[in-house]
Amino acid sequence: MDFSYTEVQQMLQDQVQKFVHKSYDFDSRNSIVASEKGFSAEHWQLFAELGWLAVPFTEEDGGLGGSAVDLMVIMEEFGKANLVEPYLATAVLSGCLVAQLAEGETKEALLGGIIGGESQFACAYAEPGSRFNLASVTSSATTSGDQVTINGNKTAVENAPNADKLVVIARESGDRFASSGISAFLVDAGTEGISMRSYATVDGKRAAEVSFNNVVVPVNARLGAAGEALPALRVAVDRATLAVSAEAVGALEALLQKTVEYSKTRKQFGTPIGSFQALQHRMADMFVQCQMARSIVIMAAMSLDSADSAQQKTRAVSAAKSRVGKAIKLVGQEAIQIHGGIGMTEELDVGHLFKRVTALDLLFGDEEFHLQRFASL
Amino acid sequence: MNADFTSEELAFQQEVREFLATEFPADLKDKVDNNIRLTKDDMVRWQKILFAKGWAAPSWPEEYGGTGWTHTQRHIFATEMGLYGAPEPIPFGMKMVAPVIMAYGSEEQKQRFLPDILASNVWWCQGYSEPNAGSDLASLKTSAVRDGDHYVVNGSKTWNTLGQYADWIFCLVRTDNTAKKQEGISFLLIDMKTPGITVKPIVLLDGFPEVNEVFFDDVRVPAENLIGEENKGWTYAKVLLTHERTNIAGVPRSKRRLDALKRLAEETEDGFGKTMADNPSIQQRIAEMEIELQALEYSELRSLAALSVGKAPGPESSILKIVGTELAQAMDEMFLELSGYSSLPFVPEQFEAEFEGERLGPGSTNAAALTYFNNRKLSIFGGSNEIQRNIICKAVLGL
Repeated sequence: MDFSYTEVQQMLQDQVQKFVHKSYDFDSRNSIVASEKGFSAEHWQLFAELGWLAVPFTEEDGGLGGSAVDLMVIMEEFGKANLVEPYLATAVLSGCLVAQLAEGETKEALLGGIIGGESQFACAYAEPGSRFNLASVTSSATTSGDQVTINGNKTAVENAPNADKLVVIARESGDRFASSGISAFLVDAGTEGISMRSYATVDGKRAAEVSFNNVVVPVNARLGAAGEALPALRVAVDRATLAVSAEAVGALEALLQKTVEYSKTRKQFGTPIGSFQALQHRMADMFVQCQMARSIVIMAAMSLDSADSAQQKTRAVSAAKSRVGKAIKLVGQEAIQIHGGIGMTEELDVGHLFKRVTALDLLFGDEEFHLQRFASL
Repeated sequence: MNADFTSEELAFQQEVREFLATEFPADLKDKVDNNIRLTKDDMVRWQKILFAKGWAAPSWPEEYGGTGWTHTQRHIFATEMGLYGAPEPIPFGMKMVAPVIMAYGSEEQKQRFLPDILASNVWWCQGYSEPNAGSDLASLKTSAVRDGDHYVVNGSKTWNTLGQYADWIFCLVRTDNTAKKQEGISFLLIDMKTPGITVKPIVLLDGFPEVNEVFFDDVRVPAENLIGEENKGWTYAKVLLTHERTNIAGVPRSKRRLDALKRLAEETEDGFGKTMADNPSIQQRIAEMEIELQALEYSELRSLAALSVGKAPGPESSILKIVGTELAQAMDEMFLELSGYSSLPFVPEQFEAEFEGERLGPGSTNAAALTYFNNRKLSIFGGSNEIQRNIICKAVLGL
């Protein structure tokens, strides 16, 4: 049994903390969020140089090893800083799909582009009405000769407005909920027939509703075997779920720390509000929630890195996401409550962290969804 | 990062399992599985079996007859005991007074008291709380006045768990009324047979006198029974409180009970032709408890890993206590709900070993309400969960 960080994990943590300390305070983040692209290309290049974009990938694929614990460590630090750069969309979700499904030179080129910081990816999987069921796919892909025509609508596609490449999940056969018949296609974002309604998300990231209207791609745009992409999508989404759970652990800890600090300085009735037991015990409960969330995310990361069966891993991820979701509600809401009115404003980072964790609770399935999935496995 | 045991640790785990399967007496196993209360003799018999094996005191140093186990081995031992249903030794001697004697007692006191604690020859109880000193323990008033070679003790102690079986009691007593309240307290060992001591049972909501009030009326205690220095007792007591927190979370016991809950849900008719296990709300709550138990277990492992690399036990024991007891109580609540009407008859005597009539059931469903009532204690004793929150605020959050 060993709960200590490896040298690489320690280094990653130190690097991110230094970067955040130097370049990512609240004001810097705000100007990045307000910029045209909504992320800093300069920072992205630095992430590539420091090897952060290589964290999710195995050494064989040119990465740092691809352990879930490594990913947990870096995501937690991103969470504390409320980072908006599209690490999850490009390096984790799309990256994990490409690493599983692409082959040979294509794979090398695509992963090289991600790890080197040259490409931005978005994974278009969720649809209006699919909610969190990955097998619910109505977007269609019809093959004719050496061409495939894609039609359909995708919702809340994170990083789509900035992506060069889209990984599009579409159905080649079967009914709406069938597990087989689902494929993944690599599509240039500029391909004719793609239209986007772009927006900022509640937590300051960029996303879009993406429509595919007779989008024609060559058959070799298909990643992996026809109709068999769902298992890889499930693995990629599970990994991304672990990543956002770890991000939430970092963000929750930041919320707790900021709330405690505020309660020591804010005075009412002539005394710091942190001296009131009614508030103290609520902060103690926030601390307990943060620790339980951290423990269960460690459990899930260890499971993903272990020889556990696919079902055990999925169950571990659902346990973590569900438990983290519970912590998100309690810690997030209490942070705002204890800050009072100032916590409601745009002026303070607390409100922005609250919005981030609220989004993280929803991503890839909320508390209730993962509780049901855990119970069903 | 991994939660794997080494091959030596796995071999040890196997050894513990085999020991329990062969040495934990079948009649006691039967009682535990059927919620029959263990008698004093049952508990002492089991503790003496552990003593014979050399496993009575996992937390003691080897020089006093402890096992010399690593933190991980101790964790494995406690886990296997809990999963099997074998009770931990009564803590008052082994885990509470012994570490204080080891740390602050004289050589003579160590020789005199420790061997009998280890061999379960002497039953100890705790004399801390008083009718007017609960969470504010330092306001205790039981007085000990020096008179020649003796202290004369007057006052009363309460909530003495299983004090009716006790041979000795360790007490916090006031030896100085003029100092700050924490600084006038001493740590005194008292023979329960001393004239002037009266034990009055307190019957709890489950019908069993699990605790007692102990009255001291001019009780003369030899001064040689004082631990360490006069007026330093509060310091010693605090050390005791943080000393041994292994298994405070109760993970193995809760795992065992969660399995029992799932079985009970499957066996309980819902009145509409299905079982309670088919009820979505029950399924969801069981899943939530299972997840909470995993989070608790990994919190405990994290704290164990910190201890193993030499870090002092920190405020994490407060987290384990709060979450562990809240989870146990949530299970009690569900046992009660699933038991339905079966939990209404108040027949506590049927859970005593000597009961000869026909037991109300089915299974141990009639125990559900009694356990629910009794386990309200979990969030009250050992530093109430509110006190644990105070500790977190002070020690971690700096409030």
